[in-house]
Amino acid sequence: MVKVKHAKPESFYKVYERKLTTKKVTHYCPGCGHGVAHKLIAEIIDELGIQDRVIFLSPVGCSVFAYYYFDVGNVQCSHGMAPAVGTGIARTLENSIVISYQGDGDLAGIGMSAIIHAANRGENMAVFFINNAIYGMTGGQMAPTTLLGQKTLTTPMGRSTNRDGNPIGMCELINSLTAPVFIERVSLANPARVIKARRAFKKALFNQVERKGFSFVEVLSPCPVNWKMSPLESRKWIINKLEPVFPVQNFRDIEEKPERYERVEMSDEELLNLFKIEKEMEIKPKTKKISDQHIKIAGFGGQGVMSAGVLLANCAIMEGLNSTWLPSYGPEMRGGTANASVIISENIIGSPVVDNPNVLIAMNAPSLDTFEDQVSPGGFIIVNSSLINRKVKREDVEVLYVPASEIAKDLGLITTANIVVLGVYMVKSRVLDTETLKQVIPISIKKKHLTEVNLKALQAGIDIFKEEAGAHI
Amino acid sequence: MKKQLFKGNDAVVCGALLGGATHFFGYPITPASEIAHAAALYFTRAGRVFLQSESEVNAINMIYGAASAGARVMTASSGPGISLMAEGLSYLAGAELPCVVVDVQRAGPGLGNIWPEQGDYNMVVKGGGHGNYKNIVFAPNSVQEMCDFTYRAFEIADKYRMTVFILSDAYIGQMMEPVELPEKVSKTERKPWALYADRESRHNLITSIFMNTKLMGEHNWKLQEKYKEAEKILEFEELETEDAEVLFVAFGICSRICQTALYELRSSGIRAGLLRPKTLFPFPKQKLNELGERVSKIIVVELSNGQMADDVELSVRSRIPVLRYNWMGGEVPSTGEIVKRVKNDI
Ligand SMILES: Cc1ncc(C[n+]2csc(CCOP(=O)(O)OP(=O)(O)O)c2C)c(N)n1
Ligand code: SF4
Repeated sequence: MVKVKHAKPESFYKVYERKLTTKKVTHYCPGCGHGVAHKLIAEIIDELGIQDRVIFLSPVGCSVFAYYYFDVGNVQCSHGMAPAVGTGIARTLENSIVISYQGDGDLAGIGMSAIIHAANRGENMAVFFINNAIYGMTGGQMAPTTLLGQKTLTTPMGRSTNRDGNPIGMCELINSLTAPVFIERVSLANPARVIKARRAFKKALFNQVERKGFSFVEVLSPCPVNWKMSPLESRKWIINKLEPVFPVQNFRDIEEKPERYERVEMSDEELLNLFKIEKEMEIKPKTKKISDQHIKIAGFGGQGVMSAGVLLANCAIMEGLNSTWLPSYGPEMRGGTANASVIISENIIGSPVVDNPNVLIAMNAPSLDTFEDQVSPGGFIIVNSSLINRKVKREDVEVLYVPASEIAKDLGLITTANIVVLGVYMVKSRVLDTETLKQVIPISIKKKHLTEVNLKALQAGIDIFKEEAGAHI
Repeated sequence: MKKQLFKGNDAVVCGALLGGATHFFGYPITPASEIAHAAALYFTRAGRVFLQSESEVNAINMIYGAASAGARVMTASSGPGISLMAEGLSYLAGAELPCVVVDVQRAGPGLGNIWPEQGDYNMVVKGGGHGNYKNIVFAPNSVQEMCDFTYRAFEIADKYRMTVFILSDAYIGQMMEPVELPEKVSKTERKPWALYADRESRHNLITSIFMNTKLMGEHNWKLQEKYKEAEKILEFEELETEDAEVLFVAFGICSRICQTALYELRSSGIRAGLLRPKTLFPFPKQKLNELGERVSKIIVVELSNGQMADDVELSVRSRIPVLRYNWMGGEVPSTGEIVKRVKNDI
């Protein structure tokens, strides 16, 4: 037997202090369903003893001021976004009972993406969806749930399928997702229906106490004012018109508790260690004077031009120099060519952009074509002669032709061509010590089993410079 | 070793976690996506919360929720995403909720492209959404500052209950430089106004609606007072301004280019200086006004149609010539281009 209670629930404020502008008017219209839905929620909050834990989300709509009434934690949300706001809260406060209370414009119109995704993630919240087939607060425009033929301010001739689409069944939509644990449509058209509604409300909220997950209750609710009916007529209209389109039924009620994602917060100590690189590098004191290096390394994606740049920058830092690295990125890379700009200097580096490199490492033909003219006079170019058949046209630059890809292939790993050219660059320029790169490679390389072959490639680069450099310059 | 090589976007995540961030909600967009990638990895590893939202609109509202619940929360995006967040940012301001938003600027308008621009200046510095509100805006020009500003942003956001923006650009976000990480983890305390799902906080209300015009007016005035108070955090950098005849004003990537240009100009006898705002709100109005008395020309170098230049002109009350060197669409000037133009213009 259900006892009918007439006392005011504890979780309602004892007195609703009329806010200034509403001094003379009641917030909800006579015969409105919002009041009934509020009362059910407040009673159940009492029954479950969860008043302190509830965070009630007021939407934009007639129930924007729901927080006038509920003596619980209250957050007023932007139009349609309560499920997103609730996600933020539920993911912060493990102990919270999040109630998202929304109208049909709010939830099924502007907020459609928020509700669907919150449902799909199975967020811990109880959603009460007040379907009154109209926009109440703004004076009676079409809602996504407005019935075909129903006249509203924006469907003065009645809603038509062709122009306005059909009414959306939110329960049916949400029922197509796997995560929600409870989905039911209820009606507030008469006392018997309200008693049934109460059970659904209670289940949705009890699921939150149990942390079972996303629970959704759609409430067919009267808006006599905008339907232009008396409260009594509006209740009949729900039964005769709304319920046939929006069947009142339970769609889902899952008993077992779904597995939940648990997280364990790291301590400060662990957090500080999170970003430490595996092996600490020793920074050598600066010993030599160097001239600024404006390096451009270019090739096609997969040739490791980006990582070659990073290795150089790392070596520079280890040797107590300053360095910046700037990649080409995004669709730029999809065209097949990639390039990295590296600056190495004793001084603080201003612009990280390399417009006129004094070192160009061209790993493929398009790179040489693109950047040859930009090299500053007196600079030098390393050409991967395995893939570039032509000679450099410029006469005011030094050139080294290195069959880097062939050397790398002979070593058994074609992608180490980048390391071969770094070896050549380092001995040629004398800006950085090859010993530094030998230390950096094992630390920086992600695939540890390739350390050996990369070190061999470096040695090959060093050797080839010593053997052939003179002849080719 | 103290310094490590970091990408600007990755450094944001280091700064955030060490700065006490517990929640990241975001939606991918080039050139900011690495922030989401790094957050997905490190926030999760650290037992903090990373969630890929279904849109930027939803992300900013998740932030609204987490901030209501007292969390240190952030997102990162670029122009189109920040545009979508406008309403949410306004709500955050109205409800006085703290958060951190990183904007790695790309070129606009519309879909634009993914190369660097600074055309979000007005949107971010002036507020972006509806109503009389402001954001605190940091403008990093190095990877170190990407980390440091993000680290500090959370405490400042908490203090003023405001959104703190890190207004970066595609180059600062994508580049790598050595970084020294903060050595202490910053923490938030229980906020007396926030909701904690307990008895003590039950009476708190997070809202931005005041139907009564008088109350709404008072709320607005209270916010303005707070923004005035926030002007205390003003930060800028001066380079060779003491004897400067030509003053560059630039932030972000442009300030780096001006820095190089400045010394090139000096080596050919032109006394150039640089004023670099590190905060864009608050803006170094007073400083500019002072410098305006001493220098003969101001050159504002921006990757936009001159959005900051308007503020510079206001600050010097148009007493001296303010030249605008503008690039848009992802075009970034070379140092040489700027040097040549300055020589031509003076
Ligand atoms: C972004 C935005 N767009 C439009 C509005 C105006 N608006 C306020 S309430 C509302 C409709 C609410 O209708 P519904 O969700 O059905 O709730 P009801 O008023 O019927 O309870 C609209 C369009 C707004 N506040 N914000
Ligand atoms: S307009 Fe409709 S929904 Fe709004 S308070 Fe009145 S009856 Fe209720």
